[in-house]
Amino acid sequence: MTALLDALDRRLINTLQDGFPLVDEPWRVVAEAVGSTPEEVLERVRRLRETGVLTRFGPMFQIERLGGRFVLAALAVPEARFDKVAAAVNALPEVAHNYRRTHRLNMWFVLATETPEGIAGAIAKIEAATGLPVFAFPKHREFFVDMRLQA
Amino acid sequence: MDSLPDDLDRRLVIATQAGLPLVARPYDALAAGLGVTAEEVKARLAAMLASGRIRRIGAVPNHYALGYTANGMSVWDVDDARIVELGEAVGRLDFVTHCYERPRVLPDWPYNLFAMVHGRDRQTVLAGVAEISRLLGGACRGHDLLFSTAILKKTGLRIGGG
Repeated sequence: MTALLDALDRRLINTLQDGFPLVDEPWRVVAEAVGSTPEEVLERVRRLRETGVLTRFGPMFQIERLGGRFVLAALAVPEARFDKVAAAVNALPEVAHNYRRTHRLNMWFVLATETPEGIAGAIAKIEAATGLPVFAFPKHREFFVDMRLQA
Repeated sequence: MDSLPDDLDRRLVIATQAGLPLVARPYDALAAGLGVTAEEVKARLAAMLASGRIRRIGAVPNHYALGYTANGMSVWDVDDARIVELGEAVGRLDFVTHCYERPRVLPDWPYNLFAMVHGRDRQTVLAGVAEISRLLGGACRGHDLLFSTAILKKTGLRIGGG
């Protein structure tokens, strides 16, 4: 599962986690920072996206500041139905991430909706589709968020 | 309170939520699609960064691909009177990538502090969790650690484009 990355890939991933310049030819700036050419770094980023090493490349929106809402939620899914329930949950566009975890609450996902009211509707759809109660964990306070990881 | 995004901001969010175009001049490409100038696109993105509507522009790696195969969601039942002080202290630990206060769901779920710990192996995550436990001391009445064993979906947010 761990990808084969060379030193330039790693420098590129680390640099791009810190930001991307708002200039007409941003890949020139990135190339200078990592010691390569604009063509090479762009090609590498295309490949890293295609192979899934990068799950996203672009603006990371703070959805609450745009009027929307993120809510962490969980289900206790019977093992025999796990794949079917995962497919039903993942089919909803409001489900941004979904992880299997080691607990009786074994499916943890993030609901992202354009309005705060959209969350209740998404939860109702999941409960109707799965027949399972959704445990919702809206955040009360954010103490720290920085998902950058050294490549 | 932030004002809601205007129409161009909204169209810019929709145009970029799946990612920036991977071309030599991405802001020109966005501008062409939106019928505005690249200067306007850059200015709008800069303003959204400054106001915090965009956290940052850049790459999100799949942490498994980078070798961070151990991803532990540590959850803690912390004295409500001390949650702010202790949540901030846990958030300052360098191995914690996210730290939030969330509601308890009693009786099933007594935990109100969530701290995500990523590591290249489970031992590293367990060592981090032990450090959080020492930091919380007697203010913590119990905790649990939920390792992720599969990414079932990871797409980022999608708002309506219709």
